[in-house]
Amino acid sequence: MALSHLAASASRSSSLLKPLSSALSLRRSISGDNSPLTVETSVPFTSHQCEAPSRSVETNPKELLTFFRDMALMRRMEIAADSLYKAKLIRGFCHLYDGQEAVAVGMEAAITKKDCIITAYRDHCTFVSRGGTLLEVFAELMGRQAGCSKGKGGSMHFYKKDSNFYGGHGIVGAQVPLGCGLAFAQKYSKDETVTFALYGDGAANQGQLFEALNISALWDLPAILVCENNHYGMGTAEWRAAKSPAYYKRGDYVPGLKVDGMDALAVKQACKFAKEHALKNGPIILEMDTYRYHGHSMSDPGSTYRTRDEISGVRQERDPIERIRKLILSHDLATEKELKDVEKEVRKEVDDAIAQAKESPMPEPSELFTNVYAKGLGVESFGADRKEVAFLREAMHDYSFLQMEKSFYALSFIAQRSHSSVGTAHPVLIYPGLYWEDSFSTKKEEACA
Amino acid sequence: MAATFHGVGATVAALSSSSSPSNSFGSKKLLSSPSRSFSVRKRASFTVVRSDGSVNFDLNSKGRRAQQLIANAVATKADSSPASSSSKPGHELLLFEALREGLEEEMERDPCVCVMGEDVGHYGGSYKVTKGLATKFGDLRVLDTPIAENSFTGMGIGAAMTGLRPVVEGMNMGFLLLAFNQISNNCGMLHYTSGGQFTIPIVIRGPGGVGRQLGAEHSQRLESYFQSIPGIQMVACSTPYNAKGLMKAAIRSENPVILFEHVLLYNLKERIPDEDYICNLEEAEMVRPGEHVTILTYSRMRYHVMQAAKTLVNKGYDPEVIDIRSLKPFDLYTIGNSVKKTHRVLIVEECMRTGGIGASLTAAITENFNDYLDAPVMCLSSQDVPTPYAGTLEEWTVVQPAQIVTAVEQLCQ
Repeated sequence: MALSHLAASASRSSSLLKPLSSALSLRRSISGDNSPLTVETSVPFTSHQCEAPSRSVETNPKELLTFFRDMALMRRMEIAADSLYKAKLIRGFCHLYDGQEAVAVGMEAAITKKDCIITAYRDHCTFVSRGGTLLEVFAELMGRQAGCSKGKGGSMHFYKKDSNFYGGHGIVGAQVPLGCGLAFAQKYSKDETVTFALYGDGAANQGQLFEALNISALWDLPAILVCENNHYGMGTAEWRAAKSPAYYKRGDYVPGLKVDGMDALAVKQACKFAKEHALKNGPIILEMDTYRYHGHSMSDPGSTYRTRDEISGVRQERDPIERIRKLILSHDLATEKELKDVEKEVRKEVDDAIAQAKESPMPEPSELFTNVYAKGLGVESFGADRKEVAFLREAMHDYSFLQMEKSFYALSFIAQRSHSSVGTAHPVLIYPGLYWEDSFSTKKEEACA
Repeated sequence: MAATFHGVGATVAALSSSSSPSNSFGSKKLLSSPSRSFSVRKRASFTVVRSDGSVNFDLNSKGRRAQQLIANAVATKADSSPASSSSKPGHELLLFEALREGLEEEMERDPCVCVMGEDVGHYGGSYKVTKGLATKFGDLRVLDTPIAENSFTGMGIGAAMTGLRPVVEGMNMGFLLLAFNQISNNCGMLHYTSGGQFTIPIVIRGPGGVGRQLGAEHSQRLESYFQSIPGIQMVACSTPYNAKGLMKAAIRSENPVILFEHVLLYNLKERIPDEDYICNLEEAEMVRPGEHVTILTYSRMRYHVMQAAKTLVNKGYDPEVIDIRSLKPFDLYTIGNSVKKTHRVLIVEECMRTGGIGASLTAAITENFNDYLDAPVMCLSSQDVPTPYAGTLEEWTVVQPAQIVTAVEQLCQ
């Protein structure tokens, strides 16, 4: 299946590569080289109110192999999360990204870690592409201490501040105004960076999106709104939810671009184009035409509102990993066996991470009250009597074996106990908001006195 | 990013004197005082409302100074005490000017502070709180937003996640209901769900409360709706002194703070210190120490309470009035000490009866100080009705001083 045109130099270099690759040992990690390669995207871009970028994408073997590896990792991770959910190790909501990996990977290739990304709840793979480790992912999904949010966020709340990944949001569409706020802060600090605010085709019908778009266009903010159109908003097909499913045109005066979201190179090209555009001219909308194989979340089988034929059809014809695999093989950048080895490696990595995550402990009961507030102005109100609350907190440490759901009953028990043992001191029930992290260590001496 | 220029207290002297100080409680017309320097003061020609006989200079306002009766809680004749002489330090201004001063000083001090809201920039703010700031700091720091509360509150929160310190103004607190999702889920919870990675140092402020026949939708008290949101702090200002102090403290705080102002209190006048000061966000203010009963109140009801206190004093009671100021978390330390002293509590608030601040405070006091109470906690709140337009009806929805007097008498039997 011819997918691309080869530049003359590439074919020469690939033929040179061929004997080398077979000569070197099988243990060589497939790193590829940086010789340029030009690939055409699967379909041309459709644009609205702007000039579409060229179909020819500059890439190199190293990048293609990185794409393959990263996407294989994400795919494996999501499938493993599926099994963990069915084994009841992951509870609550779990929204899987398999099928859409090209968007995360292609976007990351076009930008730096100083650019901000904010997305909704289907955030596991975006978190990984921003530099998150598998351990953090699985530990957070299972609610353990080693998770990226210390186990307190869950599947929908992955964040990575140092690489400007702003989450991870549960309420549909609410992240888009936040994203425009990030863009505002970037403009305020004159960073020359952009923000990618991702949302789905379901969220595209939210009013706050248009409000935020209006403000971004008015203030010329470097905001790029990316609609990951997987054609289903939860259980409703897009034609049943949107009068006009051309999401890239919905900006009206804001330019838009429609991209094949299953083609990582097209995504990369579009994001590069969008970044340049946003820094000069303000907001732009990207619509990524993509697809998710799983249902909306783990509690949705995904087959009541679409046929299995459709799902398998997309998997056969448009799967992002397969596309890159074919590209690599047709350019002779690696052998099929090597790619299979990569997949095996990735599988092992995922399994190791899960095993490590399973060993991570659940959060301490005292973690219930940390991070509610950041440390205040230095004066805290401790409740009825400073000594008593300090005593209570100390008592809580003694009861650290208590489970989270029992802790409130335990606290009232402790409160009663303190009443009898501390004389005239009055039992204090935890009043919300009075707990300040690390504020009681200095008061311990007082309590113990 | 150090501030390039340092705000000097003396610059405060350049206050806008365009507005004549009209006190909303007063039935007497006031003459506007042309001179604003603090060396000259016309006596008995305008009304002064003070929280105490003297001005609080220290942060710890527990008030152990001489017990001077608050004779003038609301618009009455100017008090004839020698304390109102011209030699007092500090400068006099109205509450909205105090808010502006606080905001301006913080914006000078920290270039990350910016203001977002409807009509805050070129128009100068619908209550003149941000007047002059746009010309001084530019359009990128004082931002006029379209009428889109949900999104611009969200944008403020997003900007705060990166380290900016936006001050989001709701033109009326009631409009912030449109931004409830952003305030509750993103503002309050992000610090927790990110495991401490992000702090949201945002200030959300605006006037609320029952005004003068503004109608049901524009007379809302949102503190009761927001009080359950974990992760936010709520404060209510009531005097120019604490308005400026709380505004500055809120901006400097790393936590999201909602600052509740009151539509009818914007024109209160008080003399405040020249030097830089902040008020503790979590502390309550002792307005009037007493022995017989603890009256807890906040915002506008403070003035109704002080008016009632005047009557009560004449009748022989000695109420202790505490302006709780911090609506979330409650300053149970100050309140507790007061309850341990007086053994009787009356809460006077403007919130609705159901699920209001008073309801939570009653629960907190009963849970923690039950042994110290001689009588059940009494709570006077507004009626559970949408605020009617007609003036007489509107008066009956909020607590009036006469009701407070009756309640105290009942409590002290």
